[in-house]
Amino acid sequence: MSDAIAFVRARPEPLDPPPTFSRGALAWARSNLFSSLGSSLTTFVFVALAAWLLPPLFRWATVNAVWSAPDGVLCRQNQDGACWAFVAAKLDYLRFGSYPVAERWRVDVVEASGAGLIAWLIWPSAPKRAWGALLFFVVYPIAAFFLLRGSPTVGLPVVDTLLWGGIFVSLLTALVGIVFSLPLGVLLALGRRSELPAVRLASVLFIEFVRGVPFITVLFMANTMLPLFLPEAWTPDRFLRPLVGIALFSAAYMAEEVRGGLQLLNRGQYEGAMALGLNYPRMMALVILPQALTMVIPGIVNNFVGLFMDTTLVSIVGITDFLEAMNNAFKDPVWSGPTIMATGYVFAGMFYFVFCYGMARYSATVERTLARGRKR
Amino acid sequence: MNAALLNDPRVRGLFYQGLLIAVLGALLIGGAYNAYVNMAARGIPMGFGFWSQVAGFDINLHLIPYSGVSTYGQAFWVGLANTLLVAAIGIPLTTLLGFAVGLARLSPNWLLSRSALLYTNIMRDIPLLLQLLFWYNAVLKSLPGPRQSISVGGLVFLNNRGLFLPAPVPLSGAPWFAAASGAAALAALLYRHWARRRQELTGAQAPVGWVSAGLLIGLPAMAIAGFGAPFALDVAKLSGFNLRGGIPVIPELAALVFGLVTFTAAFIAEIVRAGVQAVAHGQVEAAAALGLHRGLADRLVVVPQAMRLIVPPLTSQYVNLVKNSSLAVFVGYPDLVQIFAGTVLNQTQAAVQVMAITMAVYLAISIAVAVALNVYNARHALKER
Repeated sequence: MSDAIAFVRARPEPLDPPPTFSRGALAWARSNLFSSLGSSLTTFVFVALAAWLLPPLFRWATVNAVWSAPDGVLCRQNQDGACWAFVAAKLDYLRFGSYPVAERWRVDVVEASGAGLIAWLIWPSAPKRAWGALLFFVVYPIAAFFLLRGSPTVGLPVVDTLLWGGIFVSLLTALVGIVFSLPLGVLLALGRRSELPAVRLASVLFIEFVRGVPFITVLFMANTMLPLFLPEAWTPDRFLRPLVGIALFSAAYMAEEVRGGLQLLNRGQYEGAMALGLNYPRMMALVILPQALTMVIPGIVNNFVGLFMDTTLVSIVGITDFLEAMNNAFKDPVWSGPTIMATGYVFAGMFYFVFCYGMARYSATVERTLARGRKR
Repeated sequence: MNAALLNDPRVRGLFYQGLLIAVLGALLIGGAYNAYVNMAARGIPMGFGFWSQVAGFDINLHLIPYSGVSTYGQAFWVGLANTLLVAAIGIPLTTLLGFAVGLARLSPNWLLSRSALLYTNIMRDIPLLLQLLFWYNAVLKSLPGPRQSISVGGLVFLNNRGLFLPAPVPLSGAPWFAAASGAAALAALLYRHWARRRQELTGAQAPVGWVSAGLLIGLPAMAIAGFGAPFALDVAKLSGFNLRGGIPVIPELAALVFGLVTFTAAFIAEIVRAGVQAVAHGQVEAAAALGLHRGLADRLVVVPQAMRLIVPPLTSQYVNLVKNSSLAVFVGYPDLVQIFAGTVLNQTQAAVQVMAITMAVYLAISIAVAVALNVYNARHALKER
């Protein structure tokens, strides 16, 4: 009896190890690097290229670089390394431009509070985001303007916009662009989808006109034509003119993003809102726009990235943004050397890349989160 | 009665539109009046009389005749031609690079696809202006002088005075070579037409690719063998302090085109990748089930469907390249904006007229491309039955 039972397995047979080439690093390399003759050749070419190019680049940026120096003498002698000491020496100028040293805390305050408000707005599970939006879009711009510009009544000395410059001007122009262009873009998008022909025509003409011309011509126009079209007494500030251009330019692109969101929305949402007896402004504010704008957050963020990169062009109308501050810093005879320009541009490139890539990642994350909600 | 009238959507619509028109009209008339007063007060010319006045400045690159005694109108045409020159060189190059990077993104080779991804991310997240300034100021301007030019195969030279390409100089064999090439192209087309007709009628296939290649290589080769080389290469040579001969490309143009091409290619690569990936996998499987091998399936099934998705955003990238070429101002390349909206505007002070003309040119280009795209879309739209 017990002999027969001995054939029943009491514990499972130990598993065979998987074949050598089915998992692990080797298998991965075989299917991703050496899957065919052509693939193997490509891999070898790329490894050879990397071995040829990357070590010199790495040495240029680190080992051979001048990390700290009182002036440009060391950098002038050093032909084959970056000159990070230049960036360190000019960092204050790159951040603030010619803003008076004693008043720079005002810029710090504006930057820190702006960063806090943005974190509040883009953190998906933050409490009371509507209040954050109100603060950011209404209170913050006014407060920031008075803080940066100064006002004798509050006891802050006035800092002329001629002295503004550097990173904070780049951030400021981009922020002003988004704060004004988003509401304007929403209005234009609604106008473009309006049933009233005159409203639709005016919106379409504006949007297509602005999208058809280069940004630089819009800046030129704002700079040279705005003063002509306003009464002599109202001649706008030199700093304000390009901001108007940026807001109008970016509004046209925002409008197209928002229109995309409006088109994605189900007709039933409009009909439901009308059935509840809401009038047009309430229907839009309470039902349509909250849904449409949420859907296009990624597009809006991408637009903002483009806007931030486009602000580099404002130097053409005499504004010292970050890139222009960098170009000015190159002109300092104390700091002149063979690798200083390359170092400066690489630093600026890293700055923009960190900002823009970060925002692009954020918008991709939001897009995935939104898509998850809509999937059935 | 009054309440009924006020709540009539048609009446309300008319009222709002009337209001909008009134506000816009008031802005327009007020602006025009202010402009008139301001321009009169500052002595700014109001008509287009400046168009035929002598410009009196020089332009270092002009494709059409231009000199210091030419008019502002001629300066405009020089600028427009230079803008179109950037587009004509840049668009084919950026298409090639963009498609190459986009297809590399789809490669099964991890290193290749990751490198392509790295390329697109870096290019798209650094401002174009910064890239242009980097290529112009930090790279081209710091190259060695003409005596230590960087040479590629002894044909192409690169130094801080620009890029020097070899120029083809036609020899006695040139007309024969051209005639043979034309005849070969015509014969290949006719053969393809004949082969297609025969396949439709009988199902028999013909080696179109091999025959066309034989024709296109063979006939011109015979022309060369019979009548000598069609052209010689005029290579730039050092004379004095600079290189002479060949096709000199000024550094501003080289930097502008290089920056625009590498920047736009990143966007085109993403478009190509998205377009190919959007073709449903069932299409490839269906093609395989029909017995098409991989190459034929790509050519007959995948590419035509992907192109329908790729072409519309691709054309808008071409328009972007033209619009972005206005950044020429920053590197000193004499394009339309630099010459016309820059120098001419400063000299004549006629801001309104100059900006209107400049913007009209870019608008015309945008509209022309949009119209062409609509025609393409209408022709290639999915025919639903």
